[in-house]
Amino acid sequence: MSISEKTPLAQEPALVVDDVVKRFGRGTEIVTAVDHMSFSVKQGEFVSVIGPSGCGKSTLFNIIGGLLSDYEGAVKIGEERISAPHPAVGMVFQEESTFPWRTVIDNVAFPLELQGVPKSERMDRAHHFIDMVGLASFENAFPSQLSGGMKQRVSIARTLVSQPKILLMDEPFAALDEQTRLLLGDKITQIQQELNQTTLLITHNLTEAVQLSDRIVVMTYRPGQVKRIVDINLPRPRTSDVVGSDAFGHYVAEIWNDLREEASRGMADSESAASRRAAHG
Amino acid sequence: MAETFLRRRTPELFGMATLVVCVLVFEALIRGGVVNRYIIPPPSDILLAFERVIVEENILARCRDTAFEMLVAGGASVLVGVPIGVLLYRSALWRRAMEDWIGALAAAPIVLAFPLFLVLFGRSPKTIIVMGFVHGLAPIILKTVEGLASTRPVLINVGRSLKMTSSQMFWKILLPSAMPIIFTGIRLSWTFVLITIVGIEYLINLGGVGQLINELAERYDLPGTYAGICFVILVSVLFFLALERVESWLQPGR
Repeated sequence: MSISEKTPLAQEPALVVDDVVKRFGRGTEIVTAVDHMSFSVKQGEFVSVIGPSGCGKSTLFNIIGGLLSDYEGAVKIGEERISAPHPAVGMVFQEESTFPWRTVIDNVAFPLELQGVPKSERMDRAHHFIDMVGLASFENAFPSQLSGGMKQRVSIARTLVSQPKILLMDEPFAALDEQTRLLLGDKITQIQQELNQTTLLITHNLTEAVQLSDRIVVMTYRPGQVKRIVDINLPRPRTSDVVGSDAFGHYVAEIWNDLREEASRGMADSESAASRRAAHG
Repeated sequence: MAETFLRRRTPELFGMATLVVCVLVFEALIRGGVVNRYIIPPPSDILLAFERVIVEENILARCRDTAFEMLVAGGASVLVGVPIGVLLYRSALWRRAMEDWIGALAAAPIVLAFPLFLVLFGRSPKTIIVMGFVHGLAPIILKTVEGLASTRPVLINVGRSLKMTSSQMFWKILLPSAMPIIFTGIRLSWTFVLITIVGIEYLINLGGVGQLINELAERYDLPGTYAGICFVILVSVLFFLALERVESWLQPGR
């Protein structure tokens, strides 16, 4: 049963990002990475944050994940302000993050092992999530025997196994080819719908964001602010077939219009920084 | 099936064949007078000397003594070197202060300091073991620091996101991640330990295979001397095979 059939999106926000500011450096060298950002994610909703490279997406990911505690404003789960990793948030990182010395099943069961869950129970739960990400026949394989996409699925299963309230992902498919990315997108959509999983995806990939999301938060280039929040009214349950639809193309074009200006600023900024570096030898 | 076996074992068979070819080339060069047989005896003479050194010189018992010293010194290097490496990794000040000195210790010809160790520990296996241990320490310390420091930041972030304690972080992420580099250190260390042990046995004329090689060389029994050297290589090979087993047991999948 899909989420759309099961329950309508609850109105209570699962996550609130409230006027968050993050600055790096000191004195005259201060760089504002995130500048007064506010948005919320409802229970069961899939929200993507999209912006050009260098706009502060990863900083926002680290703040929401509790890896950066020194920030202004508030990221809240319920009434609790996040200032350290929170058990309600499960993180999937951009870089490949499986443990090469553990088998797939031991990787997935790892968070449960830390929680002291008895072995038989943690193996059962790990089996379930490995099956969910489609790696049932690779339980005893080591990461070195898997492809990049399979390793990311192991990371996703490892995050889901502790049943976090919010799944937070930072460009998990960035290193994968377009076809694998689309297919993994299907997998993520399927899992999200099956678990009614509140998900926040940080990405710079426009098609990925539209394919997966209920809403997209478009960020400006440095300092990172919310430029616009776009509702994606594509039907659910959704598969990668949606990329061929007119509505999909319409959303991609609309968001690209917003992003183009920001991406151009980012590119100009990088070029002038490179020129300065070249001038200084 | 035989074909599969052959394909799987090709590198080993190729290695053995290369060794046999080298031995035959040396045999030919020595018998042909190109290489002086009073410097390097023909391999066939060395092979014939094996029985003599086993039966008359009791070289297997000598190997056992050398292996025991190697095991104690090498084991102690690991047991002491890894914790020191961990401490240096945790303290940036100590690390900056000590790293160069430890690097210098690794490069120092410690064998030449044997008179000092003789005074401290007497003419006993203790001297040999302590000198082996001291020489084997530095590579393990340095490689432990390097291994821990090169843990991928994303794995540390995974640990942080799972709210791991620093003890869990060490035992479940940092140490397993550092293991391949620590094992490189152990391999280097044990090479130093074996060289030192056999060298000191030779120099102070005490104990295992090193002493026997000294005696055989003194008697100008060149085939016997080279046969003794072959047994040192055998001890080394056995240790490294055992280490390889331990390594693949501790780090499956790598």
